[in-house]
Amino acid sequence: MKILVTVKEVAAVDDEFEVDGLAIDDRYLTYDLNEWDEYAIEEAVQIAEAGEDVEVVTVTVGPEDAEDTIRQALAKGADRAIRVWDDAIAEAGLLDPGTKAQLLEAVVATEEPDLILSGVQAGDDAFGATGVTLASRLGWEWAAVVNDLELGDDVATVHRELEGGVEELTDVELPAVLTIQTGINDPRYASLRGIRQAQQKELAVQSLADVGLDSDVLDSPIEQTSLYEPESEGEATIYEGSADETAADLAELLREQGVAQ
Amino acid sequence: MTVLVVAEHRRGELRDASLELLTAGRQLADATGGELHVAVVSGDVESYADQLNREGVDAIHTVADGEEFNHDVYTQAVEQLFEAVEPTVLLLPNSVNGLDYAPAVAERLDIPLVTDAVDFDYGDGLTVTREMYGSKVETTMDVDAPQAAVTVRPAEWPKAEGTGDATVEAFDAAIDESAVRSTVTGYQEVGGGDIDISDADVLVSVGRGIEEEDNLDIIHDLAEALDATVSASRPIVDNGWLPKDRQVGQSGKVVTPDVYIAIGISGAVQHVAGMKGADTIVAINNDPNAPIFDIADYGIQDDLFDVVPALTEQFS
Ligand SMILES: Cc1cc2nc3c(=O)[nH]c(=O)nc-3n(C[C@H](O)[C@H](O)[C@H](O)COP(=O)(O)OP(=O)(O)OC[C@H]3O[C@@H](n4cnc5c(N)ncnc54)[C@H](O)[C@@H]3O)c2cc1C
Repeated sequence: MKILVTVKEVAAVDDEFEVDGLAIDDRYLTYDLNEWDEYAIEEAVQIAEAGEDVEVVTVTVGPEDAEDTIRQALAKGADRAIRVWDDAIAEAGLLDPGTKAQLLEAVVATEEPDLILSGVQAGDDAFGATGVTLASRLGWEWAAVVNDLELGDDVATVHRELEGGVEELTDVELPAVLTIQTGINDPRYASLRGIRQAQQKELAVQSLADVGLDSDVLDSPIEQTSLYEPESEGEATIYEGSADETAADLAELLREQGVAQ
Repeated sequence: MTVLVVAEHRRGELRDASLELLTAGRQLADATGGELHVAVVSGDVESYADQLNREGVDAIHTVADGEEFNHDVYTQAVEQLFEAVEPTVLLLPNSVNGLDYAPAVAERLDIPLVTDAVDFDYGDGLTVTREMYGSKVETTMDVDAPQAAVTVRPAEWPKAEGTGDATVEAFDAAIDESAVRSTVTGYQEVGGGDIDISDADVLVSVGRGIEEEDNLDIIHDLAEALDATVSASRPIVDNGWLPKDRQVGQSGKVVTPDVYIAIGISGAVQHVAGMKGADTIVAINNDPNAPIFDIADYGIQDDLFDVVPALTEQFS
């Protein structure tokens, strides 16, 4: 069995930052493995550890800089990695879920996995749509926001985490794309041995041409036209001063509100 | 232009997101003097149609197939309705179920999809406003296509009110049962501990800023000094540091205490969904740009490891 896990490097914004055109200046960004993907990798690795012959392959659409992050996934137990990128993709600007799904579909065509796990969303652009779009393109079944998974021969029995503390129990025919929610498992830290081994594992880079696509796939009807810091709508009273001073001010407020009396 | 909105319900109840979608849909239809159509799929569609018949709704289409949400049925029904109604914009909720079928509908219809809209505009074409990087920035997206799908952030638009005089029509969707390859077998409530945080008057709520499990001691100390209950954002619960029923938010509990003290919590939309109804919101966070300050009444922009012990001290 082969499990393909979609993995993304995401950027988090520093406390202070400046917008530069349609992006945030790179000085203010810190890159890391997408939180939701971490759980997807762990889930795949646990399935591999429990089963006979399971290969876990990660696929990333991202630049060379993402390789440190991809190695993290390899260090946690994925067997090998694929990274799709070239100059044309780099110049395309925003990659919407439809575009990403087409790139991933091309990889699926050659890899022929039995199961695909992806994160519910990416922490930076938060589209939350790539996994289900990919399933639909493949004609596969799917389930979004999965926080419990049991694999059978032909069926995945999943819990989908709905709003308000309710879970939906669903049987999904395989092959399927499942988008994984945080909390489904307890992601491991990469061991030193894992980190060493990750350096030896295959990380294949594929261009659009390598995956059999031409640059038409990058023509997106969705164009990002502005990026800005929203006006704060907040009317919060901010206490100023040392921690002791602000704590004293807040304590006074809480007493006025009848707290701890 | 016509806007087609798809309502959401669960276990016999129309969800608030449906009525919010009507408001959002009306805003968009008004921008071009168009019509607002509403679809409701599965379950007691007659009763849902009654509740959806609010001011500003022109037509309601009911699809009777199925009892509860099943994405294979929804995807087919909405695809067929879209082809019959030919809307310019299809609006769906950015709920967990919305995320489970909107991308499939858009892909099948070969129309662009923009998720989690917080605003939109229709000038030369559709422009959607959404957030990125945990709500720290907003971005606008122009959609260059004759038709598009958009999912709408819950609780961003008010619920539609009044009674309408929409036409209600049953739509005969041809559901291909062989393409229904997922089965919803039931529901399960998240296990309850011994404390119901939704009953608490004062909540001391802790987020990822606390960094380590052992550091939770300072939060428990503060809660004890304030005679308050401890709740948390999702990462704390994901890490197993507090039980699931202490989670505040979209997938956790909705709380409405007199005072909610958010400590080291950024204020992600899914967290805010659970606590914005608190009477007084206090935020302690060292990032002055954290979105939690947008909804807080009082704030301290400082290190929680300095402020929290100092605050506890004030009460001992
Ligand atoms: C479908 C779905 C459902 C979800 N449901 C929920 C839900 O029900 N509840 C929920 O909470 N989340 C939910 N989430 C997750 C949500 O998107 C966020 O990931 C989560 O709320 C972030 O938690 P946080 O604010 O504690 O962590 P972060 O976003 O990491 O924020 C930590 C904050 O702590 C601050 N901080 C760090 N160190 C310090 C310090 N020393 N002093 C002061 N401040 C400090 C930082 O500035 C930051 O603002 C859901 C997500 C999805 C996709």
